[in-house]
Amino acid sequence: MAIDTKSTNASPDERIRQVGSLSRLLIRPELGAVVALVVVWVFFAIVASDNNFVSWATTAAILNRAAPLGILAIAVALLMIAGEFDLSIGSVVGFAGMAIMVLVTSASSGGLAWPLIPSLLAALLITLGVGLFNGAMVVTTKLPSFIITLGALFIFRGLATAIPRTMTNRTQLGAFDTIPGFESINAIFGQKIELFGSRFDISIIWWVALTALATWTLMRTRVGNWIFGVGGDSNASRNVGVPVYRLKIALFMTTAFAAFLVALMQVTQFKGADSLRGELQEFNAIIAAVVGGVLLTGGYGSVIGAAIGALIFAMVQQGIIITGVDGDWFKVFVGAILVVAVIFNNFVRQQAQKR
Amino acid sequence: MASTTPILEIKNVSKYFGNVIALQDVSMFVRAGEVTCLLGDNGAGKSTLIKTLAGVHKPSEGSYTFEGAEVDFNSPREALDMGIATVYQDLAMIPLMSIWRNFFLGSEPTRGWGPLRRFDVDSAKQVTREEMSKMGIDIRDPDQPVGTLSGGERQSVAIARAVYFGAKVLILDEPTAALGVKQAGVVLKYILQAKQRGIGVIFITHNPHHAYPVGDHFVILRRGQVYGDFTKAEIPLEQLVQMMAGGADLEALSHELEAASQEGEAGEELAEAAELFRAEADEG
Repeated sequence: MAIDTKSTNASPDERIRQVGSLSRLLIRPELGAVVALVVVWVFFAIVASDNNFVSWATTAAILNRAAPLGILAIAVALLMIAGEFDLSIGSVVGFAGMAIMVLVTSASSGGLAWPLIPSLLAALLITLGVGLFNGAMVVTTKLPSFIITLGALFIFRGLATAIPRTMTNRTQLGAFDTIPGFESINAIFGQKIELFGSRFDISIIWWVALTALATWTLMRTRVGNWIFGVGGDSNASRNVGVPVYRLKIALFMTTAFAAFLVALMQVTQFKGADSLRGELQEFNAIIAAVVGGVLLTGGYGSVIGAAIGALIFAMVQQGIIITGVDGDWFKVFVGAILVVAVIFNNFVRQQAQKR
Repeated sequence: MASTTPILEIKNVSKYFGNVIALQDVSMFVRAGEVTCLLGDNGAGKSTLIKTLAGVHKPSEGSYTFEGAEVDFNSPREALDMGIATVYQDLAMIPLMSIWRNFFLGSEPTRGWGPLRRFDVDSAKQVTREEMSKMGIDIRDPDQPVGTLSGGERQSVAIARAVYFGAKVLILDEPTAALGVKQAGVVLKYILQAKQRGIGVIFITHNPHHAYPVGDHFVILRRGQVYGDFTKAEIPLEQLVQMMAGGADLEALSHELEAASQEGEAGEELAEAAELFRAEADEG
């Protein structure tokens, strides 16, 4: 006995053309990225068939590469949908890793010799402070975030080099695995999981979980609606009561948090930090987001798309490595394939919207 | 229906930006269930006045009372929370977002609690559809991006939104400015509907022909000052048009135009073009 209470509202309007489920799917922002992912995979599966591209070992290597970039790309995508850039995220990865290591390194080596957990919390607070600084600067000066965070890119890379060199005389700090409590931190952030005879980083689980969380936030919460609104038109959003400034600051702190997470994973994995860690990741993360369908001008995009963008990026990197192409050509290929992916992505989107 | 005490009133409000006097000594009010039309040409200070009423700007001098109490807004949100909703001319809607996302932007309904508190998407879509049909608009698909709607439809979504969220005073910034005749009529109909629901409407326009049919009260703004303040009974439409443009100015302008068309080269061209046009029309 179902009474259809909705029938009056749900009656189809004669002005709605019945759009096939395929066309509806094509309008989704991440679709171009999904197609590009398949194309890149098939390409390498053919070209690198002699080099075991289609294997668990290669799949593990691709995912291990994609996970840290993907975690950064998620945060960058949210920020870009809200209409801002963060060019400092790569430097902040290096800075956060160094912050952790300077805090835990023994006094005899020039460090502060703090216990592990307080060190991590302090490094987290410092890193969130970087995000707060970036966000507050963007909001108060009203300068483009491109400029502010370009400055921050140099500032925090500089600090990540200068501070440890002043204190410890080195720009690489190791022996993180000798710190009491390393094992439990490693279990959460750094361990490798044996599966199908290959080693998968635990960061893959973080990446997938954070993608799901960020997608839910973007699509199904008030904050998500605000992100789209602010990216689409920040004045209009402010006029209807969206806390634009607080939202932007929070998103800059989110990218800083992502940088901290990646830094902690790398410190755990490599048992130490290097001042140069995270170099170029700011651009790679933006590329991943754009390949994933995030509009450079804001207001449109998807987190899943950005995650797929990171996967494509890693697949291209790994594919080129295993085909044994000379390392000098590596960046040429990465750049070219990514530009093609974005053009293709845009083409698919335009075709989909025309129907 | 109209009560005697104004729901919103400003007295002797001035607003300065550095050495620029944007508003000087402006007083106006609106009663619940009435439409106060704010008329003024470009540069008369309408925008500044709206932004002051909406909580974007603070008045440099003067008082602002709402429901009998003096108010001092730090942000548009505070004004909105008290029931003063502003629908802006150009930035009412975000084109890339769907209708239902726009409808609830900044005031999203939620369900669940704690970290699981989430945007109630289903009810948002349903309410959007219902509220729009209450205003007589049949939206095709709430998932449609607002960018695909016509100008009048967008204004209507914005007005329906403000009414739904319990606006006591609705400030409409030139809602009919960029619209065709028919669509402007549709928007005027919503203004009357809002009025009948007991909302005080402040309708900003530079078109007296749009203002006169719906207005109860007319305030004419010129060069940052109140130039005239009339009830509908006090002023016929023709006089309102005259006042609005500034009678003397308009007369001077028409003389200038006449002179130009008689003497100037451009005038000759105009006359020729007019003749050509007439000839063509005759042939057709």
